Amino acid sequence: MRADRGGNVFLGVLLAVAILVPLLNVLVPESSPFHMSGYTVTLLGKYLTYAMLAIAVDLVWGYCGILSLGHAAFFALGGYAMGMYLMRQIGTRGVYGDPVLPDFMVFLNWKELPWFWHGFDHFGYAMLMVVLVPGLLALVFGWFAFRSRVTGVYLSIITQALTYALMLAFFRNDMGFGGNNGFTDFKELLGFNLQAPGTRAALFVCTAVALGASYLLCRYVVSSRAGRVVAAVRDAENRARFIGYKVESYKLWVFVFSAVLAGIAGALYVPQVGIINPSEFSPVNSIEVVIWVAIGGRGTLYGAVAGAVLVNYAKTYFTAALPSFWLYALGALFVLVTLFLPRGVVGALGRWRSTVRA
Amino acid sequence: MQKLIRNIAVSLWLLLAGAAMAQQPAPEPAPVIEAAADPMTAALTALPGASYSDKQQLAVQLAATGTPQARALLQALLDGNLYARTADQRVFIGASTDDVIALTDPRTGQSAGTSSEDALEKIGTNNALRRALRGALALFDLANPDAGARLAAVKEILGGLDDTAAAMLRARLPAEPDATVRREINLGLALHDLDSSEAPRRLAGVKALVGSLNSDVYNRLKVLTEQGSDGSYTEPDEAIRSAARASLDSIENRRVLYGGIETLFFGLSLGSVLVLAAIGLSITFGVMGIINMAHGELMMLGAYTTYVVQQAMPNHIGASIIVAIPAAFIVSALAGVAIERGIVRFLYGRPLETLLATFGVSLVLQQVVRDVFSANNRPIETPAWLAGSLQINEVLSITWVRLYIVFFTLAVFALLLLVLKRTRLGLEVRAVSQNRPMARAMGIRTEWVDAMTFGLGSGIAGVAGVALSQLTNVGPNLGQSYIVDSFMVVVFGGVANLWGTLVGGLSLGVFNKILEPFAGAVLAKILMLVFLILFIQRRPRGLFPQKGRAAEG
Amino acid sequence: MNMRSVMRKLSGRSRSVSGPRSGPLLATHAPDAGPDASRGVMLYLEDITVSFDGFRALNALTLYVETGELRCIIGPNGAGKTTMMDVITGKTRPDTGSAWFGQTIDLLSLHEPEIAQAGIGRKFQKPTVFEQHTVFENLELAMAGDKSVWKWLTAKLTPQQLERIDEVLTTIGLTEQRRARAGALSHGQKQWLEIGMLLMQNPQLLLVDEPVAGMTPQEVERTAALLTSLAGKHSVVVVEHDMAFVRTLAGSHGRVTVLHEGSVLAEGSIDEVQANPKVIEVYLGE
Repeated sequence: MRADRGGNVFLGVLLAVAILVPLLNVLVPESSPFHMSGYTVTLLGKYLTYAMLAIAVDLVWGYCGILSLGHAAFFALGGYAMGMYLMRQIGTRGVYGDPVLPDFMVFLNWKELPWFWHGFDHFGYAMLMVVLVPGLLALVFGWFAFRSRVTGVYLSIITQALTYALMLAFFRNDMGFGGNNGFTDFKELLGFNLQAPGTRAALFVCTAVALGASYLLCRYVVSSRAGRVVAAVRDAENRARFIGYKVESYKLWVFVFSAVLAGIAGALYVPQVGIINPSEFSPVNSIEVVIWVAIGGRGTLYGAVAGAVLVNYAKTYFTAALPSFWLYALGALFVLVTLFLPRGVVGALGRWRSTVRA
Repeated sequence: MQKLIRNIAVSLWLLLAGAAMAQQPAPEPAPVIEAAADPMTAALTALPGASYSDKQQLAVQLAATGTPQARALLQALLDGNLYARTADQRVFIGASTDDVIALTDPRTGQSAGTSSEDALEKIGTNNALRRALRGALALFDLANPDAGARLAAVKEILGGLDDTAAAMLRARLPAEPDATVRREINLGLALHDLDSSEAPRRLAGVKALVGSLNSDVYNRLKVLTEQGSDGSYTEPDEAIRSAARASLDSIENRRVLYGGIETLFFGLSLGSVLVLAAIGLSITFGVMGIINMAHGELMMLGAYTTYVVQQAMPNHIGASIIVAIPAAFIVSALAGVAIERGIVRFLYGRPLETLLATFGVSLVLQQVVRDVFSANNRPIETPAWLAGSLQINEVLSITWVRLYIVFFTLAVFALLLLVLKRTRLGLEVRAVSQNRPMARAMGIRTEWVDAMTFGLGSGIAGVAGVALSQLTNVGPNLGQSYIVDSFMVVVFGGVANLWGTLVGGLSLGVFNKILEPFAGAVLAKILMLVFLILFIQRRPRGLFPQKGRAAEG
Repeated sequence: MNMRSVMRKLSGRSRSVSGPRSGPLLATHAPDAGPDASRGVMLYLEDITVSFDGFRALNALTLYVETGELRCIIGPNGAGKTTMMDVITGKTRPDTGSAWFGQTIDLLSLHEPEIAQAGIGRKFQKPTVFEQHTVFENLELAMAGDKSVWKWLTAKLTPQQLERIDEVLTTIGLTEQRRARAGALSHGQKQWLEIGMLLMQNPQLLLVDEPVAGMTPQEVERTAALLTSLAGKHSVVVVEHDMAFVRTLAGSHGRVTVLHEGSVLAEGSIDEVQANPKVIEVYLGE
């Protein structure tokens, strides 16, 4: 649980990737076998945002014992906030050429920008929203839930209901978030063309830095005294309460922090993937994140990263190679990991190492 | 006597209709048609070359005969099935079959061979003629021994009611044996009275309409009470206006009442579906503390079982549903027992892991169904005895499917209650749910009870799937769309409490339907979820929590 | 008219005006919101009734615990001992009655952590420690002080605090296991660790639920010695149904309260209680 070798290995690998990937993409000529395509860079960038989301889920589940089945909602909200900024940047380059209104609003015959869209043309404001919106939602939701001592599977179910309700809401056209289609056709970010290899490489580096920073921050949190309290709450909630900890505040704090991380991950995801739509809120997405964490090994932050990257790589590979096989494999992963690898790959490796040494 | 009246009426009708047409700019002067001894012969001779107004006169004469042949001929003319053979200008009633047209001699009703379409010329009609024909046919049908046909005829006549037809209907009224038809005639006549120039008749009309739920009535009465922009009323007589207002009020009250009943019923039927979906979950969650995320997929299996049963007995769709119920129970129960024995039993005491593992199972089951039955929805036939609806009055009708589902849910619920309260298995299940170690110490095979409980809950999911197959599309995603709702019901009602599930499910259903008119279906659902999220904060253990020390910890 | 309000009337103070508090009774640390035990009574329970679904777990229970006293509470199963602790620590809210900690702290208006912070420590019947943490960390977590999130994100142990942990480790005899995971301890050691955590909390009032269940005779003896030594500095309430242990603990003068069906059946020295015909009936008649 402490700052350990696995974590340092992870940081090293991340650093190497953050340097090598952009170099192989931008500096190595396309003819070279070492060239990395823009597609691959984007794909890896996507994995890294997923890894950030996995860290966020691991923090609440692995360390605080809150199995959130709604973290995709925070991810998607962050993504939508970023998407709103990107939509405003399109300007007159949209299909309808309206300088203010995004295409879908023109299409819906709206005459002016809804109030909650104001300000999103400023990058700073949008970034503030990336943090604030998921954070506030988590704060309000968590405040209600934890105060009423909703725990265990009940909590899981209402987090699922939360993301389900949001999904239904975002599917509605009159919500003002593009309905079914969500946002896409982004043009540029801070004036940089999103299709340009340089922008993509830069986004990748930003994502890697954000992931590394989140990891370090989370590692600091979990190894602080507050982190020990959080783990104590996970293991014996009542004991913690009776020695004087406001269990609810600790849970709420971790939940909000984790939601903010998820939101930032979502904001990095959208410009790289180029689309955000309501299916990101789907309850299945949230559960999938949980399985990444479970596979990697809950309660080890770098394990969550490993799980996210492994499962998503497998997903990319199998959905192309053997489409119908993927769901069987994913289903089997859920079953096998819970039955045979309760501490995930990292836990299993650790046990294996210690038996080898012994 | 009746026949005579009818014949006169039909003639009058057609003449009037003809007159109405004649008032329109007539395309050509009507040639005088020779009066033949037999109108049928005359018609058959003249029809091929006749103008529309000629045809109308011919129809008058035909209708006056009152014979079945005349009716058939008029019907054929209306339906566009009357042809003249190009070669000899003989008139036939035709019925298209494939490429050829089967001919019938209108005089005898005998088959007259077939002919290709090219050799025939259709005898055309126009709107005015068709209208006249429909009126004429309706009058024919007023004497039909079948009450349904008479009712249809009355409705047809009322569609274009005038004084003549009204007089005719009034004459018919005392002879009409069927109450529904009489009510329809009375309604039409009362409405007609509203147009009368005599105030007392209008008043009588308004009074006769008290309590009617017909939408025409509502609109007409509304007009009577309306005030024009210049302050003048459409209806000059104050007494009539106030009577109309009183009638309107009573109609509105009754509409609200029936509207309320309808909403309640829709709510109950939706709630029944929710209860069916949730009740199996309530058992597994309540007794074993297990969140079975594959519960929705077990419902899906039930729905697909219905499909397979229907494929196996395509000629007995009516019975297929009855067969599907036990079949679905067995299929889903076996699947459930397999899940319990294969996975869940290794995860007791770890509810969150169970949740994840069963979610994995749900993914696999969905993919199995996709691979076996394709990803598209499967068509499920609705048996005749489930189709249609129960028409209670003009604003309230209840579809049989939904009504049956309410009863079916209650039956399943009662049966389940019986199993849990009256059987050995039920006793053991309750014992295990209350105190597992103690039950084991008493010699109850808790493993067996767990498997049976899980099987029972899963089987009921399968049965729910049969019911769902009659309401929604049967596809691989069927389960997913119900799982969140089912959880909500269980959580709302209180875990391990069948009555809680029943009350919770029904009240959520009603609540949802009450919200829908104000908020729309999707927003109603969102509001429901938000409500539930708030509710669970207030009462984390549901509507009917288990109390006492057992609930602690 | 109850005893506490009478006392307050006598002392001429009212609830809303809190007068000068007496200084902390314990040297090491006293939380800001410590109890005002100036009248010599630490805990007032008056007319407490708790019912679950018609079953009365506590029935108009009235009980006072004096400052520095070691009070043993005995009673058969279902007498309401654990429920009483739940009420004192804020886990269960009574239907009626009042519960005061010293003169000024209304326990019924506080939540569990606030009650703990005010100076009431509780040891559960089943030993409950943080199994994934080391013994040292368990004690560190239990340490008295501001326990808010922000404070603890950056907090570091001071030398005094380290010293205090070492001291408690010695007291509970787990110095050698300080780096061991608490989950790996024996049952008796966990009981001791939990008592150690109580000590770290530095409470004015300790509630100890069946502390010697599952202990070896030697451990029982040491536990009795430890609890006795705590009395005087702290008020200690021990719930137990083992008469022999109660006799060791209470000696011949310590007060013993017998609970039965949710209210006090008898109170007095162990000898008086054991001679009480009602007690004999309850214990032997069932």
